[in-house]
Amino acid sequence: MTADYILETRGLTKEFKGFTAVNQVDLKVRRGTIHALIGPNGAGKTTCFNLLTKFLQPTRGAISYNGRDITRMKPADVARLGLIRSFQISAVFPHLTVLENVRIALQRSRGASFDFWRSDTALDSFNERALELIEWVGLSDYAGSVAVEMPYGRKRALEIATTLALEPEMMLLDEPTAGMGHEDIDRIVQLVKRVSAGRTVLMVEHNLSVVSTLCETITVLTRGQVLAEGDYQSVSTNPEVIQAYMGTAHG
Amino acid sequence: MAAPISAPASAQAGLPLPTTGMPRHQVIALAVMVLFFALAPFAGLYSVFLMKVMCFALFACAFNLLLGYVGLLSFGHAAYFGFSSYLAAHAAKAWGFTPELAILFAVAGSALIGLAFGALAIRRQGIYFAMITLALAQMVFFFCLQAPFTGGENGIQSVPRPPLFGFIPMQGDLQVYWLVFALFIGGFLLVYRIVHSPFGQVLKAIRENEPRAISLGYRVDHYKLIAFVLSAALAGLAGAAKAFVVQLASLTDVAWQMSGEVVLMTLVGGMGTMFGPVVGAFTIITMQTYLAEFGAWVTVIQGGIFLLCVLAFRRGIVGEVARLTRKSF
Repeated sequence: MTADYILETRGLTKEFKGFTAVNQVDLKVRRGTIHALIGPNGAGKTTCFNLLTKFLQPTRGAISYNGRDITRMKPADVARLGLIRSFQISAVFPHLTVLENVRIALQRSRGASFDFWRSDTALDSFNERALELIEWVGLSDYAGSVAVEMPYGRKRALEIATTLALEPEMMLLDEPTAGMGHEDIDRIVQLVKRVSAGRTVLMVEHNLSVVSTLCETITVLTRGQVLAEGDYQSVSTNPEVIQAYMGTAHG
Repeated sequence: MAAPISAPASAQAGLPLPTTGMPRHQVIALAVMVLFFALAPFAGLYSVFLMKVMCFALFACAFNLLLGYVGLLSFGHAAYFGFSSYLAAHAAKAWGFTPELAILFAVAGSALIGLAFGALAIRRQGIYFAMITLALAQMVFFFCLQAPFTGGENGIQSVPRPPLFGFIPMQGDLQVYWLVFALFIGGFLLVYRIVHSPFGQVLKAIRENEPRAISLGYRVDHYKLIAFVLSAALAGLAGAAKAFVVQLASLTDVAWQMSGEVVLMTLVGGMGTMFGPVVGAFTIITMQTYLAEFGAWVTVIQGGIFLLCVLAFRRGIVGEVARLTRKSF
């Protein structure tokens, strides 16, 4: 196969004191796909995420993004390469308005972030693009609201709008639908689908129906190791996966 | 009846229209503050007291820039305030600098110390950050105690007041008053601008959710360091001005209790508000001045007020006003 991989890890390992959270993981994410990372609690999914985005330093192994070794880079610099993550708990700036949240991202990519002598009215030039993004994720009615006052599902949408403002080449979503009701889940699934046009998405997700509708490739982690990989069909029928992960739920 | 002529363009609930420039209620508050300090010396208030209030208000504003808008609790801000006071006093007394040059020199000095200390301290967070700033400030204290030019326990006394720019006389308290007034208002407006700038917006984002700011590609350490240096320089400006007000630079201003006092002023007034530190400084200095007859009891009364603040109105005086009026001050 001559597939083009945007993100690759080789022998990625993270040891905490006396405990290996991620063990020899070789992950390959194909450009332009939605790739899921699933596994039971404590399988090392979030640690894996933190390693990929450099919020944690790997003990061993290498990570390359777009053919470039990012193993020793700082998290902010990885973000500047177009690899943007979300967090398990919603990542908004709680006491800023929705508009301001999105502007923070626009401001980074378009400069003017160090100007402490200029009036913040300079930021109004980002409003048009910010409102476009806000509309795109269906939050127009909330543009003036303070983020912390919005319902949970809307916060996730805001988070996505903020991330999109940076026009990332690849997005890492950590459990985008965790703790949501059906209606919100549907909305986020639609949103992720739209977002994925023209970019790569890697997501940690517990909800298997979300995974089966969205993701082309699924990697199953257990105890820090890759147990299986493939499309939903092959993974969900893999007896090892059923035993280790799904247990009797499918039985 | 005719309809109101100028209904706000978009009064509908959701759509924000960008707050552009200083909102009206803040302009009014600013005008009140400027008028108060411009008129108070003619209304019978003691001018040295007012100048002290302005110096400490500026000091608290500088401190609040870090605590209120970046979320960094520095417990060593006396170092910049007090050391700058020594620098200005020494420059004026030993080298015969005019006030503006002495102040400029002192501000540059405190900015440099801020750069060195800040670079070390911002590597840690929370209580560790506070402890590092405290430890570094204690080093400055001992330096001031031992260095030959600071006069040890005596400090630098009878600091001269040479003419400003070499030709504006500075002998009378009222002449110094206008200099301090200009520095205070200028410093306050600078803090306002920093907070309400593209840079200030990033600072708020860092305060609100640092990991998220990083994940958006912000190298947050750079922003924190710049804020730290700006805060140290402004604290230095306040300290240098104070050296000319009381004509003395002493260990009191560089001691850790002074670092505590500025925390107190900021919290009593309301951290993260523009006018809170000014109100806080006014409250504390007023108590220290007018309750002086109670001697050691002033500290007890201060402690009581602080407790009251923490228990009853945690947002500080201005913070509570802002909450009640649903406006930011």
